[in-house]
Amino acid sequence: MNVSITRLFVVLLLMFGILVGFTSWWTVFGAEKLRANPENRRILLAEQLIKRGVIRADNGEVLAGSRPLPQERFGRRYPTGPLFAHAVGCTSLDRGRSGLEDFYNDALTGRRTDAIGALDSLLGPSKIGDDLRTTLSSRAQQVATDAIGARPEKAAVVAMELDSGAVKVMAAKPSFDSNAEDCGANLNLATQARFPPGSTMKTVTAAAALDSGRYQPGSRVSGENGKVISGAPLNNFGDESFGDIDLTFALTNSVNTVWAEVGEKLGKETMAEYMTKFGFYADPPMDYPDDQMIPSGVKKERERLVPATSDQVDIGRVAIGQGDLEVTPLQMASVAQTIGNGGVRMQPRLVAKVLDPDGRTIDEPLPEEAERVMSGESAQKLGDMMRNVVKEGTGTAAALEGVSVAGKTGTAEINLQGLNEAWFIGFSGRFAVAVVIDRVQGGTGGTLAAPIAKSVLESLGE
Amino acid sequence: MSARNRELMALLPASLLLTAGFAAIFIQQSEQLSDVSLIYGAVFLGLCVAGHFVIRFTLPDADPYLFPLVSVLACFGLVVIYRIDDTLAREQAQWFVVGLVLFAATIVLLRDFRVLERYRYTIALAGLLLLLLPRVPGIGQQANGAYLGVKLGPVAFQPAEFGKIAIIIFLAAYLRDTRQVLVQGSRRFLGVTFPPLKHLGPLLVVWGAAMFMLVFIRDLGSSLMYFGGFLALLYVATNRLSFVAIGLGMFALGAWFFASTVGHVQLRVDTWLHPFEPGLIDKPGGSYQIAQSLFAQADGGLLGTGLGGSLLRGPTGNTLIPAPDTDLIYAVITNELGLVGACGLLAVFLLVVQRGFKIAELAGDSFSKLLATGLTAVFALQVFVIVGGVTKVIPLTGVTLPFVSYGGSSILANFILLALLLLMSDPARREGGAR
Repeated sequence: MNVSITRLFVVLLLMFGILVGFTSWWTVFGAEKLRANPENRRILLAEQLIKRGVIRADNGEVLAGSRPLPQERFGRRYPTGPLFAHAVGCTSLDRGRSGLEDFYNDALTGRRTDAIGALDSLLGPSKIGDDLRTTLSSRAQQVATDAIGARPEKAAVVAMELDSGAVKVMAAKPSFDSNAEDCGANLNLATQARFPPGSTMKTVTAAAALDSGRYQPGSRVSGENGKVISGAPLNNFGDESFGDIDLTFALTNSVNTVWAEVGEKLGKETMAEYMTKFGFYADPPMDYPDDQMIPSGVKKERERLVPATSDQVDIGRVAIGQGDLEVTPLQMASVAQTIGNGGVRMQPRLVAKVLDPDGRTIDEPLPEEAERVMSGESAQKLGDMMRNVVKEGTGTAAALEGVSVAGKTGTAEINLQGLNEAWFIGFSGRFAVAVVIDRVQGGTGGTLAAPIAKSVLESLGE
Repeated sequence: MSARNRELMALLPASLLLTAGFAAIFIQQSEQLSDVSLIYGAVFLGLCVAGHFVIRFTLPDADPYLFPLVSVLACFGLVVIYRIDDTLAREQAQWFVVGLVLFAATIVLLRDFRVLERYRYTIALAGLLLLLLPRVPGIGQQANGAYLGVKLGPVAFQPAEFGKIAIIIFLAAYLRDTRQVLVQGSRRFLGVTFPPLKHLGPLLVVWGAAMFMLVFIRDLGSSLMYFGGFLALLYVATNRLSFVAIGLGMFALGAWFFASTVGHVQLRVDTWLHPFEPGLIDKPGGSYQIAQSLFAQADGGLLGTGLGGSLLRGPTGNTLIPAPDTDLIYAVITNELGLVGACGLLAVFLLVVQRGFKIAELAGDSFSKLLATGLTAVFALQVFVIVGGVTKVIPLTGVTLPFVSYGGSSILANFILLALLLLMSDPARREGGAR
């Protein structure tokens, strides 16, 4: 009988092994999924017992702070209300979290992931979270919000520092009050909505043209009105016809037929290559929740993006920002930042520093390069062309006294009677900016969006 | 060092563990260390030493590790229950004192434990009556759809805890008699060895009882535990794997039948398979328990939140871990002590099981071998059923975690089980030469 008793013990040993296996799964390997389960209110409740860290603007202004509730719990207050609501987001027991409150939840609740921090947490869970110092500029955010607030339409503004990718402004209208209970129900138009980019896309086409070596700013192309692109005639703005004109002139005056031909000649492969390098077709590498950012690209039926190399794509029209191309304001700000930064696209950053409750810096992420999109020389040439746009072309309303501003306007006609998307993207010495106003009745990017870009650049100290 | 001195030495770290556990809770609750934890530790040590002396004077050669291992389990239970509710912990401590007295009484009264063999049918009948008691109108009590409790005036108890010991005693005695016949009279049919029909009768009765419990008492966990214990004994007694296979097949068939026809069992299986389904989680008797159990474990992670760190109630007083002191105590332990603590607890249980089988291997006679095997197996299966339920290995049913969960019946019954194991261990180790 002893042999069977030993065997029985082995069977029970295996059964206990299963128990250990399942316990390991729930506690360690599968725990992340359980924590994210919407039915699991345990984490949120536990976090109410923690004094969450403070989120500040770049000048130290408090954007989110903790306020005491009964029973030693803490709630959240957002002193700036709707002003920074999209960037900061909110945290609520019922609706979960959004924005920086979500992306930096571990830091804000004091959960450390490094070795020493893990050792610390053995001595008891931390009751005070770490603070965030964002890159956002209080003043510029206010200026941008006021500017788009003065208009009746929906709109978005994104501004970034050229050499670091630090996001200085992320304003979207409509915004919401983070203090209200309906937190998180609002779309962030700067990162979650796509608009036809119109002529601002010509900067991407120009980058591909110059950097591939196939064209120079002085290359001449016919700007005749009504040229056939992909089998259908294409018109210039106001049906204006040009003869053989160089690319600088064609960008300055936003001549559709020139850039559509350039796009067609470059071909889908080259256009697709540069679009991908600029960050199209991928979620932006920003420190912001993935589910609050969408990629840009050619959109066919429903929300599906098709590659620029697809048969369904009319690359000539995509090259001038039509042909079902749709982009987010953040993506276009990234385009301007790349050109202004000598061809290097930086990862957009919302947080500059993580500080512990005693004010010591725990983490100060260095600016990170996302990709070199084009050579410095190409970027320089393209920048010169864009400076011409502001100097004497469609973007003169963005000109600043004593500072050279480069830019590109866009007026995308949507298939409704006289409604346009008004765009301006551009950069000056240190900052890039993208402005879009949705569905304006009469009015262009040059007359409506460029002045807003100008005031934002001004408020950033340009 | 003699066996008894080893036992005495081993009780010291167990008491220190309890002292440290209480100290941790006091720090967590009041941010300061109180010497009360030392007093609790000393009282605990005193009780353990009292138990030790009972063993020293009556069973000098008994296994030296079982009693200290059980004291470690008791320490886990007392500390975690104290952390959940200090009044419950005081009651639990009183139950431990009563349990120790019952333990001593069992040892003294059953010095010649072989008399149990003689009363096998009486014991079997008593066991079955105990199992039926919860369905008797007026005294039976229903909880979560299962009939497990009995209330006689002020005394409430769970007869199934005692029933398991009675059934195992009967099976051990019965199988000792018939094991030869079962093996020799068996026939091969279609490549499977079947036991002789004549002796199959009582075994079919056990199967029937398990099925009956499934439906009538409505307790899947207990029926799994009983039937598993029965199969383990059958295997050890006959060394025929085919008998076990047939038994398992019959159980699976019955369980499947009831799972698909009886609503209560069906719901249990549904909540087991889809614990997070919105429709099931809010349903009465739905998957709220198992879902919260898993959330609590995920919250614990590798090292746990520390004693006192688990969130048991929400801001409005709603329970986040239902039945934290009984059914879901393993989830609380995993939450607060993490995977490491949970594995430690399971290791202690495994050591108890290992000692139990060691006693069975050393025992000189078949009855002792079978009884020790059966008691150990049913003990191990009880741990598997509740921990497996809490960790979603099997559907969750309410049985206690031996010596850890709150509950008088469980403690008393398991102290009797411990006493029986030690009673068999003493002559076995003396005859086999102390090991």
